[in-house]
Amino acid sequence: MADNPLKSLWDKLRETQIWKSIFRHGLPDNPRDQSLAVLSNVFLHLHPVKTRKSGVRMSFTWCMGGLTFFLFLIETVTGILLMFYYRPTLEFAYNDIIALREHVPLGVLREIHRWGAHAMVITVWLHMFRVFMTGSYKPPREFNWGIGVILLVLTMLLSFTGYLLPWDQLAIWAITVGANMGAATPFAGVEGPGTMLLKIGDVNLVHSGNDAKFGLLAGRFIGEATLLRFYVLHCIAIPFVVTLLIAIHFWRVRKDGGISGPL
Amino acid sequence: MAQTPTGSSLTPTDEQYTRREFFSWFWIGWITFSVASGAILTLLGRFLFPNVLFEKLSNFRAGSPTEFGLGVDERFKDSWSTWIVKGPDGIFALSTVCTHLGCTPNWLPSENKFKCPCHGSGYRMTGLHFEGPAPRPLERFAIKLDESGNIRVDKSRAIRYANQWDDPDFVIKI
Repeated sequence: MADNPLKSLWDKLRETQIWKSIFRHGLPDNPRDQSLAVLSNVFLHLHPVKTRKSGVRMSFTWCMGGLTFFLFLIETVTGILLMFYYRPTLEFAYNDIIALREHVPLGVLREIHRWGAHAMVITVWLHMFRVFMTGSYKPPREFNWGIGVILLVLTMLLSFTGYLLPWDQLAIWAITVGANMGAATPFAGVEGPGTMLLKIGDVNLVHSGNDAKFGLLAGRFIGEATLLRFYVLHCIAIPFVVTLLIAIHFWRVRKDGGISGPL
Repeated sequence: MAQTPTGSSLTPTDEQYTRREFFSWFWIGWITFSVASGAILTLLGRFLFPNVLFEKLSNFRAGSPTEFGLGVDERFKDSWSTWIVKGPDGIFALSTVCTHLGCTPNWLPSENKFKCPCHGSGYRMTGLHFEGPAPRPLERFAIKLDESGNIRVDKSRAIRYANQWDDPDFVIKI
């Protein structure tokens, strides 16, 4: 076997400085190098070096956290592709969505993005249901449960902000309803409980020009400013925070003792 | 200050700060940092609330009262979100914004009512809510005849409840 040309090429490759600069350990054929392979990789090191048998059992985890992450990746990739065609303006938004289906090659991408979003909301809920039912939110994992709750809210906000972008009747009225719920925020929405108490003399501190609904819509009514605001939140701001929290979430799974075992 | 690299350089002298003394001033840094961070975050929050809006004016001229027949007139529904309603007591301006969660109800002439497509709120021609989740009647806008005898609707002033309907600023008696 020593004179196998492929084998000697492979051995030569692993001797090069480029290879050694990327992989700073030997072949992972022993426990030490297997650990190093995980620990010295920025992506893999978020994951535990060793996983419990129960951690890979589908009936225990349902793989719901993994599926959620997979769907987040799908949403990221399809979302970036959709951004090449979609323009968040009153003139173009609706027609660009139609064009993405009718005129652009691979018109199914937008449908994948939409259905992936629905699926991600479902898998997030099922993941939290599994974590709750297996008691995996208990110490020492209570902090990670907290991170997860924030991620749930951010997933909802991603759905909410994405809802407006097609700029059809459903979108406009759904966001109208949502923004009016914002107007009922205690102390921060113009219609909310307690807001009337916040006044100096006869002047209301919170009014329709500065309440939660105004901040959400960038105005008193849904308009182009709202569309742009939701677009930026949907494509940049929220995914940025979500990515950061996902990294912390995975890292804490490892730090808090790996995936929990059956009781 | 001029110390040799070896020996006494590790021993604090009168001219030198100790490490502990140096760190003991850090609270100034932390307070400055916290105040600056708070100020920047406040300003960034303010950044999200624009000073100038490019929204429609809040009042419009709706033409002569003689142009309106009895009942609900929908010609200003799309442009000004307002129904001009002529009833037995006079002409008044109804907001097209559902008082439940802000959708636009449809006027159904055959059933003589407004019906909201979002969650099913129903209103009489007067704007009074009678079915569905709406908590109060459709709002009425200030309305008057201007110098030229035309109807002028001022959407910046609105009444929310039925017991205010007699307010002379919100109805043109005919």
